[in-house]
Amino acid sequence: MSTIEISALHKSFGSLEVLRGIDLAVEPGEVVCVIGPSGSGKSTLLRCVNLLEEPTSGSIRVAGVEVTDPDCDIDAVRRGIGMVFQQFNLFGHLTVRENVTIAQRRVLKRSRAEAGRIADQNLERVGLAEKAGAYPAQLSGGQQQRVAIARALAMDPQLMLFDEPTSALDPELVGEVLAVMRGLAAEGMTMLVVTHEMAFAREVASRVVFMDGGVIVEQGPPEEVFGAPREERTREFLHRVLEPTRVSETEIGARPAE
Amino acid sequence: MKLSPRRRRLVARVAGYVVFATVILAVAGAADWGRLSESFFRLDIAGSMFPEAITVALRNTVIYTLLAFVFGLTLGLILALMRLSSILPYRWFATAYIELFRGLPSLLVLFMVGYGVPLAFPDREIPGGVYGSVAVGLGLTAAAYMAETIRAGIQAVPKGQLEAARTLGMSHTRAMISIILPQAFRIVIPPLTNEIILLTKDTSLVYVLGVTSTTIELTKFAGDTLNTRVNPTPLVVAGLLYLVITLPLSQLVRGLERRAGRER
Repeated sequence: MSTIEISALHKSFGSLEVLRGIDLAVEPGEVVCVIGPSGSGKSTLLRCVNLLEEPTSGSIRVAGVEVTDPDCDIDAVRRGIGMVFQQFNLFGHLTVRENVTIAQRRVLKRSRAEAGRIADQNLERVGLAEKAGAYPAQLSGGQQQRVAIARALAMDPQLMLFDEPTSALDPELVGEVLAVMRGLAAEGMTMLVVTHEMAFAREVASRVVFMDGGVIVEQGPPEEVFGAPREERTREFLHRVLEPTRVSETEIGARPAE
Repeated sequence: MKLSPRRRRLVARVAGYVVFATVILAVAGAADWGRLSESFFRLDIAGSMFPEAITVALRNTVIYTLLAFVFGLTLGLILALMRLSSILPYRWFATAYIELFRGLPSLLVLFMVGYGVPLAFPDREIPGGVYGSVAVGLGLTAAAYMAETIRAGIQAVPKGQLEAARTLGMSHTRAMISIILPQAFRIVIPPLTNEIILLTKDTSLVYVLGVTSTTIELTKFAGDTLNTRVNPTPLVVAGLLYLVITLPLSQLVRGLERRAGRER
C-alpha cells in the first residue's frame, strides 16, 4: 500500500486554479522532492496531503485512508503525518522541550515522564539536547527548524512533509537543517519535500517531481531529471536555478542601452 | 542677518518653551490660592474621613472593580470567540452585542441592570446583592470592549501557530486552549490593564444602585462627607485615593509594554 496516493487532485482559490489534475504516489521509504517555480502549486499540493487546504476535487489517500472523506477523522490522520514549515512555527510561549512534549501529552496522552524522555531523544537526534530549556526566540533560524523537526518526529510519524524548510534561513544555516533531513532519509523515513535546494534533491531524493502551472511536468530519478530532462520547461527552470549568473539578457527580454 | 535653517529651528523651539511657560504661570498666578487651600485642603476634614475612606470606601472600590473585571473578562472572551466563530449566528450576536454595549453609557446599563433585572426575573435575584449587580452592570459594558481587545489579540497570533498545532493532531479547541489563547493573552495584557483603570473610575457610578454604609465606594463616600461638612476637601481625598489605585496600574502597563517591545 502506498503511503500517499493522490489522483486527479484539483484545487482552486476563488477563480485561480492552483492545482490542475495531480496524480502522484509515494511509496514507503521513498524520499520525493518536489521542485518548480514559485506559484507552480508545490506547497498547495503538500498542504492538501494533510488537509491544511481542502481540495476542490480529487482523491488523496494516506496509508489507505481517504482524507477527503467527510467521515475521515482528520486529527487521527494528521497524528501520523509530521509537517515542517518554512517559517518553523514553533510555539513562542513554550520552551523547546515543551514544544516537543505538548502534542505528545495532549494528543497522544503520554505521561509527563514518557513525553519528556521521547522529547530528549528527538532533540538529541537533531543535535539540540542542550537547548531544551531555551525559548524559540533565543535560537537561530536553523536551530528553530531543527526543533520543529524534532517536534514532528516525537509523534512517531510514518510520513514527513517538508514545505520549503530552508527557504527562510540565512545561507550559512541551511546546511545544518539539510544534514538532519539527510539523516532522516537514510533511516528510511518516507518524505515528501518541497524544496529549492537542488543539490539536496539530487543527492537525497529517490524521485524528483517537477511541477509548473499546477501540473506535474516531469518526474523520475534525480539523475534523469537533472541530468537529462525530457521537457523544455524543466530544462529552462533548471538552467535558471542552477546557473543564475548565466541567464542572458535576451532570455528575460531586457534590451541593452544603446 | 539671515538665519540658517538650523538656527531658525532653535529660535522657534525656544520661543515655544517661553509661550508654554508663560501660559502655565499666568493661569496659576490668576487663581486665588489662599481661598483654594482654605476650602479644598482642610486637614481636619480630611483626617475625619479616615480610616473609613480606606477600610470601607477604597476597599469596596477595589472589590467592585475586580468583580466587574472578572465578569467582563469571562464574557468578553466568550464574545471574542463567538466573533471569530465560523457559525454565522454567533458572529451576528457578538457583533450586535459589542456595538450595542459600546454605544451605551455605563451609567445607563448599570441603571437597567439595577432596576430591570428585578422586574424581569421577580423570583430570582443576582447573587451577591449590590456586589453582584455591579459586577454585571459594569461588566456588561467592559465585556464589549474587552471582546474587541481579545479578538485583536487572537488575530495577532500568526496563522502558522494554529496550522502547526492542527498538524500535530490537536483539535481546534485544544489548539485554542494550549497554543493560541496563551499567546493572545500575553499580547493583550497591557490593554486589559488599561481596562481595569477605566473600570476603577466607572465604579463611581455605583451610587445609582443605592449603596449603604457598608457597600459605599469612594465617590459616594466623598459626596456624603461633602454634604455633611459643607466643604469640598473630601473630593480631593477621594481623588488622591483613586490615584493610589490607578497610577501603579498605568506604571504596570508601561512596564509590560516595554517588555513586550523588547521580546519582539
